[in-house]
Amino acid sequence: MSTSGTNGIVIIGAGQAASQAVMSLRSEGYEGPIRMIGDETEPPYQRPPLSKKFLAGEIGFDRVELKPAEFYANAGCELLLSTRVAAIERAKKVVLTSDGREIAYDKLIIATGSRVREINVPGFDLEGVHYLRSVADVHEVQKNFKPGAKMVVVGGGYIGLEVAAVAKKHDISVTVLETAERVMARVVDPIVSHFYERVHREEGVVIRTGVTVAGFEGEGGRITRVVSGEGESFPCDFVVVGIGIIPNTELAQDAGVTVENGIVVDEMTRTSDPDIYAAGDCTNHPNGVYGRRLRLESVHNAIEQGKTAAAAITGKDKPYNQVPWFWSDQYDLKLQIAGLSAGYTEAVTRGNPAEGRNFAVFYLKDGVLIAVDAVNRAPEFMTARQLIAKQVKLDPKRLADESISMKEIASA
Amino acid sequence: MAKVTYVEHNGKEHTIDVAEGLTLMEGAVKNMVPGIDADCGGACACATCMIYVPEEWLAKIPGKEDMEETMLDFCEHTQANSRLSCQIKVTPELDGIRVSLPESQH
Repeated sequence: MSTSGTNGIVIIGAGQAASQAVMSLRSEGYEGPIRMIGDETEPPYQRPPLSKKFLAGEIGFDRVELKPAEFYANAGCELLLSTRVAAIERAKKVVLTSDGREIAYDKLIIATGSRVREINVPGFDLEGVHYLRSVADVHEVQKNFKPGAKMVVVGGGYIGLEVAAVAKKHDISVTVLETAERVMARVVDPIVSHFYERVHREEGVVIRTGVTVAGFEGEGGRITRVVSGEGESFPCDFVVVGIGIIPNTELAQDAGVTVENGIVVDEMTRTSDPDIYAAGDCTNHPNGVYGRRLRLESVHNAIEQGKTAAAAITGKDKPYNQVPWFWSDQYDLKLQIAGLSAGYTEAVTRGNPAEGRNFAVFYLKDGVLIAVDAVNRAPEFMTARQLIAKQVKLDPKRLADESISMKEIASA
Repeated sequence: MAKVTYVEHNGKEHTIDVAEGLTLMEGAVKNMVPGIDADCGGACACATCMIYVPEEWLAKIPGKEDMEETMLDFCEHTQANSRLSCQIKVTPELDGIRVSLPESQH
């Protein structure tokens, strides 16, 4: 064991990466004390269902929490919830909470995740303007879910579109306002963006692209409409804003740990301080498949870095080097993304995005497969995940040819 | 409620009371049964929750839908009686079920 001392491991953050780190520390044989500090009232839970089944009311918190309450005590992990960390004092190796406690560590894992980007327009603080990132947020949004209610969604990314899909099922009229020329511009190719615009419109959602939000206006302190920079007015009963997230790197930065587009870590999740590790949304880490540093907003990354941090702390070399993957559930559409398509030179479509609801787009860079967006096409997604890791050249004609199965393409 | 026994690849058994409505995957993950990764939390998006279900129990579970069928194709250790545990909901009919876990989920 490469940790000595009796203060144990302290984890700042109580989300996906933190929960995984606890599980992995114990399975890697770490026997010392572990303390996890989180600023929400809930113990670690999964965020993806918050904009899907949990928002829809189909599942309760018991299906969203990562582990039942007893798990942490049984694992010898003390949970300090509803607690904010104010500072990390690296010289003393203590963490200071905002209520004045000093918590000493032998090793520290920063798993602070990210927070929502807030919209900065007049009327931002009117009642009825919501973000959606925590269980508490969802409960607030749900109060507005009445048949016939009018919702405006600001932001046509994953959150905006998933919330739109859920709201449609609840008989709510939905308008999505997106600044870019297409939805999900950050994460998919235009072919996929246009497909999603088509399906949402088929489902009755109004999607407006190229629209900027200039302000929120209301009566009696409550929102009544969204006003665009182009001079249009969108009446509404409530608004959900989903315009991206910002990594929570301030604690690290203030403590003098290297931060640049995330807390800078190596492939073992080590930061510039030998006793501090970082995992999850908050990190900037090297990826061997793409030969560059990445900051990822994904469950997979949080889980894998939680495992890697635990391995590194217990003296094992298990470098993190995987093909990133993501998913989004909207209506009957299962979008599964493997890899990162930035810098692609050729996009190859398999299936027909203009009709029906299943197809895939493969992204090649100089002939090598670097990413795939698959809609209701699990074989394309799963095969591509394996092929991207191998960094192989693939024949675009074969990828587009549905008479050749993905299995055949993979074994060629 | 149903009594579910998960048998690890090394033979170790875990018998858990799993509430109706939870999936077999959740029963394992919530009770620290090793061997089921469930990376996507049950969204049928990762195929890391695979289990082997004995024939006599397969008949008491609804059959595989397309998505599960295709995801299973990509598991390392798939056998004829493989299922994705995130797709199997616990019902009283499953009381006493024994399922086995593969060598690994990757």
